Amino acid sequence: MTDEPPFTIEQFCKNAGQGKLLGGKCRKCGKIQFPPRPICDNCLSRDFEWTEIPARGKLLTYTVIHVAPTQFQQMAPYAVGIIQLDNGLRLPGMIKDVTPDKIGIDMTLKIEFEACWPTTQWPQWPRYYFKPT
Amino acid sequence: MKGKPLVSIVSAGLSKFGKLEGLYGREIFALAAKEAYERCPAIDPKKDIKALFVGHMGESYEHQGHTGATLADWAGLLHVPATRTEAACASSGAALRAGVQAVLSGLADVVMVGGVEKMTHRSTAEVTEFLAMASDFPFEQWNGITFPGLFALMATRHMHDYGTTEKDLATIAVKNHYHGSMNPKAQMQKEITLENALSSKMVAWPLKLYDCSLITDGASCLILTKPELAKKYTDNPVHIIGSGQASDTIGLYERQSFTSLASAKIASRQAYEMAGVKPSDMDLAEVHDCFTIAELIAYEDLGFCKAGEGGKLAESGETRLGGRIPVNTSGGLKSKGHPVGATGTAQAYEVYLQLTGQADRRQVKDAEIGLTHNLGGSGATAVVHIYRRGQA
Repeated sequence: MTDEPPFTIEQFCKNAGQGKLLGGKCRKCGKIQFPPRPICDNCLSRDFEWTEIPARGKLLTYTVIHVAPTQFQQMAPYAVGIIQLDNGLRLPGMIKDVTPDKIGIDMTLKIEFEACWPTTQWPQWPRYYFKPT
Repeated sequence: MKGKPLVSIVSAGLSKFGKLEGLYGREIFALAAKEAYERCPAIDPKKDIKALFVGHMGESYEHQGHTGATLADWAGLLHVPATRTEAACASSGAALRAGVQAVLSGLADVVMVGGVEKMTHRSTAEVTEFLAMASDFPFEQWNGITFPGLFALMATRHMHDYGTTEKDLATIAVKNHYHGSMNPKAQMQKEITLENALSSKMVAWPLKLYDCSLITDGASCLILTKPELAKKYTDNPVHIIGSGQASDTIGLYERQSFTSLASAKIASRQAYEMAGVKPSDMDLAEVHDCFTIAELIAYEDLGFCKAGEGGKLAESGETRLGGRIPVNTSGGLKSKGHPVGATGTAQAYEVYLQLTGQADRRQVKDAEIGLTHNLGGSGATAVVHIYRRGQA
């Protein structure tokens, strides 16, 4: 165990709020848990260190949501996708600052950070999104 | 003869699927249970049924949790041990498997398994939100990714990798509506055209309204017993000969593949091995077509065709009634409806009807072996069962 901040989703979001994309690297087997987890899903160790994750990657798949849940209805239609970061890790998120017809698999996207908009139902953690480079 | 019976289905019940106004979920379940009791007069439910396992996905719909006990009481089974199983849309597939385990363990000779969901009194936005609860909260839901959205992410990649088309997907919708038009309990008993499907409202590109299953009220149940006791209750049982279940990451984004579900491949391999049968032995299958792309991927995961050839299989007509392997003769989730907690055992109900020769206009001729494939969420749960006709 270390004195580092806890390897939790909340801490991931706090880091994101400071513009930092960090994962938990297992000191035993080297696997990066991203988002961080309390135990390594590979070797079950609890011994981690924070490691910086490259904030850009390529789009693996995407969709445009037209029918949205209550909290997101005002934003629809909006694009979401899953990117593979430059080190192979994957992350889902919204794709902004581009019209849907310009979105395509394999396009390069970078991660931007923004504050959570006011809502009562969702946790008030900072968010991230993807945009074209 | 293939497959040693694990347990036997001696009766089954299904409510009408659709918008059942004025009925609570518990009341709908009672109607399904009543059908199962009437179908099998040799069973004395109060005396014989020793446990109840029921699938139910969400408290949100009716502000009602603790569904096991509630449904036991409403089904006239007060005081039986009653447990709710929750695995999103695979909740009653999991209930069925729990029932199989209970009978095999020797703890209960006769059990009821089933499921229920009451959904249509909620708005589409609310249902969209409630269903999304079966996906990852901090990364998927939080980014506004819906259930249709998750399957759309699979569809986009499948189209990119294999050239699957929106028309391939629409073909599946047309087929399932054709089958559903022959099912008096289906929610939408009408045929649609390719044009209807392709021009319907966009939900999550490339998935349109007719690529999506319905919002439905409904309940389903089965009565299971040990194979050696089956003939005490019926001369026309259906044996379960294989059972498989597997899990996967809750987040789609964490998986290696977006065009295949590892859980479904593992669960089906377990079930095929247990039953001693191959995909080509199946006379019919009920697969989890929550979205058309899910049925297309199921063809591949279950081994009905090779990876990437699901679109071709759909286009070939082989999965239509009269084809090599009719899929979703009930109409599937697409046309029969998808009351999420009830779906797993509703699939088993259709296979039960088919293997006992009670499927009427949509009967698959000489059906002997069938399969059900029930997914939870975007595939973090998969439950597969294989069934064999009891009568020679």
